[in-house]
Amino acid sequence: MTAPAPKTRSMKRTAIACSAVVLGMVGAAYAAVPLYELFCKVTGFGGTPRVASAEATRQSDREITVRFDANVAPGLNWKFGPEQAQVNVRLGETKTVFYKLKNRGDQPAVGMATYNVTPNQAGNSFAKLECFCFNEMVLQPGEEIDVPVVFFVDPALADVPDIGNTISKITLSYTFFPAKQKAQKPVAGLNGQEAPKL
Amino acid sequence: MYLVFALFAGLIGGALSIAMRLELQEPGLQFFTNPQTYNVFVTGHGLIMVFFVVMPALIGGYGNWFVPIMIGAPDMAFPRMNNISFWLLPSAFALLVISMFVEGAPGSNGFGGGWTVYPPLSTSGHPGPALDFGILSLHIAGASSILGAINFITTILNMRAPGMTLHKMPLFAWSMLVTAFLLLLSLPVLAGAITMLLTDRNFGTTFFDPAGGGDPVLYQHLFWFFGHPEVYIMILPAFGIVSHIVSTFAKKPVFGYLGMAYAMVAIGAVGFVVWAHHMYTAGLSLNTQRYFVFATMVIAVPTGVKIFSWIATMWGGSMRFTSPMIWALGFIFLFTVGGVTGVVLANAGIDRNLHNTYYVVAHFHYVLSLGAVFAIFAAWYYWFPKMSGYLIPEWIGKLHFWIAFIGANVLFFPMHFTGLSGMPRHYVDYPDAFAGWNRISSYGSYIFALGLLVFFYGLWLAFAQKKKAGDNPWGAGATTLEWTLSSPPPYHQFETLPRITGSEH
Repeated sequence: MTAPAPKTRSMKRTAIACSAVVLGMVGAAYAAVPLYELFCKVTGFGGTPRVASAEATRQSDREITVRFDANVAPGLNWKFGPEQAQVNVRLGETKTVFYKLKNRGDQPAVGMATYNVTPNQAGNSFAKLECFCFNEMVLQPGEEIDVPVVFFVDPALADVPDIGNTISKITLSYTFFPAKQKAQKPVAGLNGQEAPKL
Repeated sequence: MYLVFALFAGLIGGALSIAMRLELQEPGLQFFTNPQTYNVFVTGHGLIMVFFVVMPALIGGYGNWFVPIMIGAPDMAFPRMNNISFWLLPSAFALLVISMFVEGAPGSNGFGGGWTVYPPLSTSGHPGPALDFGILSLHIAGASSILGAINFITTILNMRAPGMTLHKMPLFAWSMLVTAFLLLLSLPVLAGAITMLLTDRNFGTTFFDPAGGGDPVLYQHLFWFFGHPEVYIMILPAFGIVSHIVSTFAKKPVFGYLGMAYAMVAIGAVGFVVWAHHMYTAGLSLNTQRYFVFATMVIAVPTGVKIFSWIATMWGGSMRFTSPMIWALGFIFLFTVGGVTGVVLANAGIDRNLHNTYYVVAHFHYVLSLGAVFAIFAAWYYWFPKMSGYLIPEWIGKLHFWIAFIGANVLFFPMHFTGLSGMPRHYVDYPDAFAGWNRISSYGSYIFALGLLVFFYGLWLAFAQKKKAGDNPWGAGATTLEWTLSSPPPYHQFETLPRITGSEH
C-alpha cells in the first residue's frame, strides 16, 4: 500500500527537519571551541585572566601578594623565569613585572605562552594591560630577553563570592609551548634587544 | 539481518572479553605479552558491544521489525534508507576489526585508549593509522544510527494507523521515539568530537592540544555530551520491551501508561544535562560538580517510577512465568542493582575514589550486560515465534536464563569489591591482593559463555523441529498489534488498515 500524497509530503518534511537538527548539532559541537574560549575570557571562569584596555578606575588600600610561576613544555629548549618571585600590590594599582626568557638551543625557535591564575575564582579580577603572552616570541639561538607583564588586580575582588574577603595571594602562571606554525606576528623590536621599560 | 549481525558481533566482542578474563584470572601476565594489546582488546570489546551489538539488536533489529507493526504501518518510512543503515554496520565493523591489525601505539597494533578515546593518548599517543580506521568506523556506525533515527521519527510521527494517537501508542514505540531523538541530538556531537581528533591527528589542528591553545578537557565534554545520552539510547528500548513482556505475562495493562511514557521522555531529556558526572576528576570547579551531582540524582526519579510501575503491573496480575517473563523479571531486579550503584557513583565525593575503578565497571555491566542484554534475550524469546513462525522450547529459554543469571552475577558482582578496594580499570595486571575476586569473576564469565551454547542449541531446535507458533503463542495478555497477524507476518503486514478505537491502553 503506497502512502497517499499528503503523507509523503509530511514525511519528507519530517526527514528534512531531522537532517537539519543533525547538521545543527555538528555545528554546535564545532561552535563549542570558540564559545568555550569566549565564555572563559568574559567570565574569568577557571582562572582565565581578563584582558583590560584601561587602567583600574579606582584603587583601594587593601594589599595582595601576586606570585609568579613559569614553565616550559617539552620540545622547547628555553630558560624561562620571573625576575621577582612575588610582588605586593594594592588593589587597582597598575604594576609592571618582567620575566627572563632565553633560547638555550642552537636553532631559532618560536614559542607561545599559555597562562592562568589561581585561585580560579580570581580570574575575572586579574586584569592584564600588556603581556608578552599576547604574541608569539621568536628567539635566536642564545638570545636572552626580558619580557613585560603589565597588570592590576581589580578592587572588585573583594566582592567575589567565597574568597573575596579572605584571599591574600594570587598566582599567575605561564607555560611556553613550541609554536605550532611559523610566527606570523613576531613582536617588533625584541630580536636581540632589551624590551623598553614601561 | 540486524539481529543476525548483532549476534555475530556479540560473539566476537564476547570472545575479546573472554580473552580478557582469561588473562585477569590470575595475577601476572599469562596470555598477553604486550600490555598494550590487552588494552586494544578492552577498547575493541567496548566499542563492539556498544555500537555493533546492543544498538543494532535493540534499535536496528527489534525497533525496525516491531515499531511499524505496532503502530499499524506497512513498513518503515524509508525502507531503502533502512537498508543503507544496515549495510553501513558491517562496513563499520570491518573497519574496526582492521584497525586492530594495523599499527597504533609505537610497536604494537590497534588502538588501546578505551572506548572513550581520550586525547592526548588518542592524538600524540597513537601515531599509527589504527585509530584513523577506528574514527572512520565510528563515523560510519554513527551515520547508520542517525539515518535510522530519521527513519524512526518520520515513521512514528507520520505513519500511525487512524485512531492511534501518540497517547495510544505501545510503550515500545514510545521508547523508540525517545531513543531516536536522543540519537539525532547526540551522535552529531560525537561526530564533531572525533572529527576534531582526526584533524588534530592528521591535519595539524590543535583542538585538544594546549600548545595551540586547545584543551583535552574539551574532548571529554564533547564526548560525554554524546556518551551519556548514548547509555540511555541503549537502555530505553529495553525499558519498552520489558513493559510489553511484563504486561503480557501478568495479563494486565502496564500500570500508569502516561507515567511510563513520560518517564522515558524525562529520562531522555534530563539525560542531556548530566554528562559531566563522567568527569568529576577532570578538574571541574566544585560548583560545577555540585550541579552535576544534583542533576544526576534527579534522573533516578523517573527511573524509579518505571521500576515501581512494573511491579505495580504485576501486582494482582495473573502471572505466567514463561521464559520471556523470567528474563524480564531478571532485568527488573538486576537493572535496579546496577542503577543503585549508579546513584553511588553520582556523588562526586565518593567518585573521587571510585572513578576508573572496577566499581564503575561493575555498575555499567549490571545495567548493560544484566540490563540491556537480558532485555535483548527476553525480546528474543518473546518475539522469535512472531519473526520466524517457529517455537523455541520453553526449557531452553529458562535454562539459558538461569545459566546467564548465575554466570553474570558471579562475573560482575565481585567487581564491586575489587573496585571499592581500588583496582583500576584498563589494567592488564593487578596486585596479588585482588586475585581472589578476579578468579571468581573469570569463572563467572565462562559460565555465562556456556549459556550461549544453550541459546544456539535452542535456535537450532526451533528450525529443526519447526513447531508452528501461530498468530499468538502467548495468550490473552499479548494485546499489541503484532499478535493479530500471522507468524511471520505478511510482506507488508496489514491487508486492511487497522483502526484503533477508544479503548484504554
